[in-house]
Amino acid sequence: MSALSLLPARRPVPGVFVALALTLAVGWLVVLVDGGQLFNQATTVSLLHVAAGLGLVAVGQTLVILGGSLDLSVAYVISLSTLVAAETMNGSDGALLPAVGLALAVSAGVGLLNGLLVTRFRVNAFIATLGVGLLLKGYLDSNYDGPAGATSPALVQSLGYQRVGPVPLSFLLLLALTGATWFALSRTRFGHHLVAVGGDPEVARLSGVRNDRVLVTAHVLCSLCAGLAGIYLASRLGSGAPRVGTEGLYDLESIAAVVIGGTALAGGRGGVVGTVGGVLLLASIDAIFNQLEVDAFFKQVIRGVVIIAAVAVYARRALRKGAW
Amino acid sequence: MPTVARRALSPIRLRVRPGGVLPILALLAVLLVLVGLRQPDFLDPPSLMSFLGRSAPVILLAAGQYFVIVSGEFDLSVGSLVTAQVVVAARLIDSDPARTWPVVLLLLVFGALVGLVNGLVTTRLRVPSFITTLGMFLILVGAVYLWSDGAPKGGLSEEFRRFGRRASEDVPLLGRVPYALLVLVVVAALAVLLMRSDFGRTLVAVGDNPRTAQLSGVRVWRTRTVAFVLSGLAAAVAAILLGGYSGVSFQAGAGLEFGAITAVVLGGVALGGGRGSVVGAMLGALTLELLFALMNFYGVSGALRSTVQGAIILLAVAVSATRSSSR
Repeated sequence: MSALSLLPARRPVPGVFVALALTLAVGWLVVLVDGGQLFNQATTVSLLHVAAGLGLVAVGQTLVILGGSLDLSVAYVISLSTLVAAETMNGSDGALLPAVGLALAVSAGVGLLNGLLVTRFRVNAFIATLGVGLLLKGYLDSNYDGPAGATSPALVQSLGYQRVGPVPLSFLLLLALTGATWFALSRTRFGHHLVAVGGDPEVARLSGVRNDRVLVTAHVLCSLCAGLAGIYLASRLGSGAPRVGTEGLYDLESIAAVVIGGTALAGGRGGVVGTVGGVLLLASIDAIFNQLEVDAFFKQVIRGVVIIAAVAVYARRALRKGAW
Repeated sequence: MPTVARRALSPIRLRVRPGGVLPILALLAVLLVLVGLRQPDFLDPPSLMSFLGRSAPVILLAAGQYFVIVSGEFDLSVGSLVTAQVVVAARLIDSDPARTWPVVLLLLVFGALVGLVNGLVTTRLRVPSFITTLGMFLILVGAVYLWSDGAPKGGLSEEFRRFGRRASEDVPLLGRVPYALLVLVVVAALAVLLMRSDFGRTLVAVGDNPRTAQLSGVRVWRTRTVAFVLSGLAAAVAAILLGGYSGVSFQAGAGLEFGAITAVVLGGVALGGGRGSVVGAMLGALTLELLFALMNFYGVSGALRSTVQGAIILLAVAVSATRSSSR
């Protein structure tokens, strides 16, 4: 705590990494006592794969939450993106780039719609993105019963299963995206404006920030991240899956990861590095319980408790600092 | 920004105060006319009564959600709470009629308790209610699956199910009045009375501006916690009706939280608190249910339902938002 508070207050390293280290240490011991091994190649790889999928979504979610908004439509954007990508590729490597481009373009379109609803039409972000999610859900439900299309083998071999040592290519992609987002948030005008809008929209507007433009950009970037996560999932599954986003609870889990990472749900405070910590924490808990062969439902109960407890700790700390 | 809002205004300017029930009544009337044109016998007392009975659980949930939303918070846990209640009821009653009343009582206590935990965690530990109730959602769903090993066990007694499926027969003029509708009328009356009491005014004041409310001597945390308890109680009553009507399943409450929140918003209640009436919220739920009935009559496939629902919600909220911001 004292070491952390010596860092510049503007972008403190969140305590989530302390929690992550503790979780991994305790988990490693418990798994060891149980007669298993937490850090073998297979578990590490699968942990990082889980983290990559959720992480891609959560990085985007961080942007909109920082701006004081929220995106509940990401789960459907992910499903849609897997389908657009897989159906356009249809199993051939030649269509790889157009398919990726199209999937991202469709996602960006959804983000643009979200952004315009929130800014121009002044619809509450919760309702706007929920409504857009319902629109997409209706489209997916009425056109698809099950998996469709086929991902190009080249994408499956590269993004889906390629590894550098124990680190999957997809996790490296997440790290690159995180780096780029961190740079955008801390070193560019867009980043500073976004945090300003999330902190106090009225003050930001009076200081000459074009709030609407900033928020629309954040929403487009968020949907692009979700689209990227969809392409990654298509590369893992080998086809498009109409329900992969909702079944993975990517909408609520990504918001939880962002908040566990120390970003304030009301906006204006936080950062993308913490979000990756939150994602890794959720993925580690998952991996530990998988190793212990704990009941999947019990895992969910623990997940709920961890999410609430993590946020309660942040709230407590913020209270002590008088930031409320 | 004002220029944009003015351009989006519809030519017919309804002079209504924001948060009033007039817009939702108008929408409801339009839907009733559309239903009447397509299926005239739907408006006959018997089918209307059974429609109202079927809609009772959702309307109750909307009323419960209203208390939480008007005080400035969210309750995402109600859907999972309904599922949990139905599954718990089936397991505890285990088809034994003698256990009906104790279990009904237990469900109400359980609902209030979940609301109390939501409320205390949100207000005392200062966790945003979105996260608190999301966590509660995960906990309840996980716990209920865990407790029943992945498949619902036991069964509801006929005594328990009658609240949701039976009706009081031979009522003059109306014919058959479902018990669910009677429960709804009683709860709705209580909710309206509550909102007219000191507590109701305090609740709205807390949602409008918690700081001002606190400076005027309101114990904000206590008021908000009571709102969560009311939402939990409403979920318990809804679960009793829903379990009776459609039986036991893990899907009993799936998605109901978002349904309730959209109904409340449709009824003119502002997310963030401080504006809107409980009658509006309940009318919003009724409108949503009527919309689904209408889609049925017009043969809209079940899969497309959510698209239509999404479009209507976005449209309704966008129109009311642009109007109120141009005030």
